Amino acid sequence: MTGAVVAASRLGLTFRTNDGPVEALSNVDLTIGKGEFVSFIGPSGCGKTTFLRVIADLEQPTAGTITVNGMSPEMARKARAYGYVFQAAALYPWRTIERNVALPLEIMGISKSEQAERIRRTLDLVNLTGFEKKYPWQLSGGMQQRASIARALAFDADLLLMDEPFGALDEIVRDHLNEQLLVLWARTQKTICFVTHSIPEAVYLSTKIVVMSPRPGRVTDVIESTLPRERPLEIRESPEFLAIAHRVREGLRAGHSYDD
Amino acid sequence: MTSLHSRFAPVLAVLAAIVAIWYLGAYALNAPFQRDLDRRSGETPTAWEFVVRTMTQAKPTLPAPHQVVANVYENTFLRKPTSNRSLVYHSWVTLSATLLGFAFGTALGILIAVGIVHVTTLDRSLMPWIIASQTIPILAIAPMVIVVLAAVGITGLIPKALISTYLSFFPVAVGMVKGLRSPEAMHLDLMRTYHASRAQTFWKLRVPASVPFLFASMKVAIAASLVGAIVGELPTGAVAGIGSRLLNGSYYSQTIDIFAALIAGSVVAIILVSIIGLAGRLTEKAMGARPA
Ligand SMILES: Nc1ncnc2c1ncn2[C@@H]1O[C@H](COP(=O)(O)OP(=O)(O)OP(=O)(O)O)[C@@H](O)[C@H]1O
Ligand SMILES: [Mg+2]
Repeated sequence: MTGAVVAASRLGLTFRTNDGPVEALSNVDLTIGKGEFVSFIGPSGCGKTTFLRVIADLEQPTAGTITVNGMSPEMARKARAYGYVFQAAALYPWRTIERNVALPLEIMGISKSEQAERIRRTLDLVNLTGFEKKYPWQLSGGMQQRASIARALAFDADLLLMDEPFGALDEIVRDHLNEQLLVLWARTQKTICFVTHSIPEAVYLSTKIVVMSPRPGRVTDVIESTLPRERPLEIRESPEFLAIAHRVREGLRAGHSYDD
Repeated sequence: MTSLHSRFAPVLAVLAAIVAIWYLGAYALNAPFQRDLDRRSGETPTAWEFVVRTMTQAKPTLPAPHQVVANVYENTFLRKPTSNRSLVYHSWVTLSATLLGFAFGTALGILIAVGIVHVTTLDRSLMPWIIASQTIPILAIAPMVIVVLAAVGITGLIPKALISTYLSFFPVAVGMVKGLRSPEAMHLDLMRTYHASRAQTFWKLRVPASVPFLFASMKVAIAASLVGAIVGELPTGAVAGIGSRLLNGSYYSQTIDIFAALIAGSVVAIILVSIIGLAGRLTEKAMGARPA
């Protein structure tokens, strides 16, 4: 397991609620290597967010083990091992876009001049140059989400946890950001965990696709992508691409029939 | 122009109704005494003369609105502000105690809220006491505070300000506990992913999130402070302040003076609450709030 960025073994998490226990994760075995792009796909409530939150030490597992960069999630969090993009933009309304991006940099004690440089670079990366002084409510939902991605990129962690970051965006912007994300990933060698509901998005982006199903939340299939790392948008019409997409769809369908 | 008109028209209508009822009340309450007076002096005024007389008594049971207005005008604009009869002077005396007490109370309230939000045992142990403190009537506490402090040689501004503090810390403490706890879970989670210290989470998240709550509770607190300062002037028969005017008025049955002092108190309250409201709006604007 050495060298794995995330290694989960027989991982389980049961929420205690007023209506009894909810098994959000059950028996999850998963290894994510350095530099991988892993997508999590599955119906609502199958535990995708929960799994990301366990990696991030925002939720404590109730069974099994998990390591992040070879240490406990808590130690990894304290070492600021990851950047997290939440399902909603979660910008602070009293901060301008640039001050929002600066937030983690302030907390990590990065110098003012270095902050300015990183803000400029990351806002450029997500195409928000010119919106530095705007407040979140002055931006569209998609722009807010891009700002929150810039914020997660600003402190340059090696692991990026992204929970449906493009869920609220239109198709065109989404395509563009997908391409940008691949460029970023190729250039920075980051490890990315990416939650999505879109099969094409998962197949286009990933080196590994984790198919999940609910009640209890579990992994039903792990697909290693055979696509090359270099991926123009047109690759989505290739037979190889369609074959992988087909397998993902089959996996999702199998998970569902288990329910009924 | 029309919008201004439509905004003020209902307010003015209510005001007119209040004034009308007030005049009727003044007539009804002052008539028996006036009838008595006229009978003893053997006068038989016409109906109109009689009505006028009920509205012009020196010490009416209920002064008519124009009598109060004249008194307020005279004691506000026609006297030197340093004169003992000036309402400006008395308002200033009460105002200074109000502001001092409000400053203490706000600081204390914030301090208590910070403690409660950060120390679980304080949350359990302090809150019941704070709530209990507000169930004790201020009229019972005020004389004790004034007398005890006077015994150790502290008189004047400080004892009154302390009573204001006692009344004003409570809304601030309650409002700020709510405000400091108002950040949503995701905003707190974000801080956790950065491994932010408690102090960083406090200053960069909890404090900015609590600002609207602070101003809302300060509005209540400043009004409570004013009440506290006035009440603090009652038990010792203070020589100056709105409270002393109320007390003197009732000793000598100067009902018009009492009403004038009440008006002065209300005007001070309205001005103070408006200033806090304005400060709140300006602060929120500076913090990038979406204009309402
Ligand atoms: N804090 C919590 N307390 C109790 N139950 C929870 C909690 N968080 C999640 N759950 C439950 O755990 C299960 C998995 O939730 P999770 O949010 O991980 O799903 P998801 O796959 O991210 O769904 P979606 O695609 O809708 O975001 C759900 O049944 C949910 O109701
Ligand atoms: Mg989710």
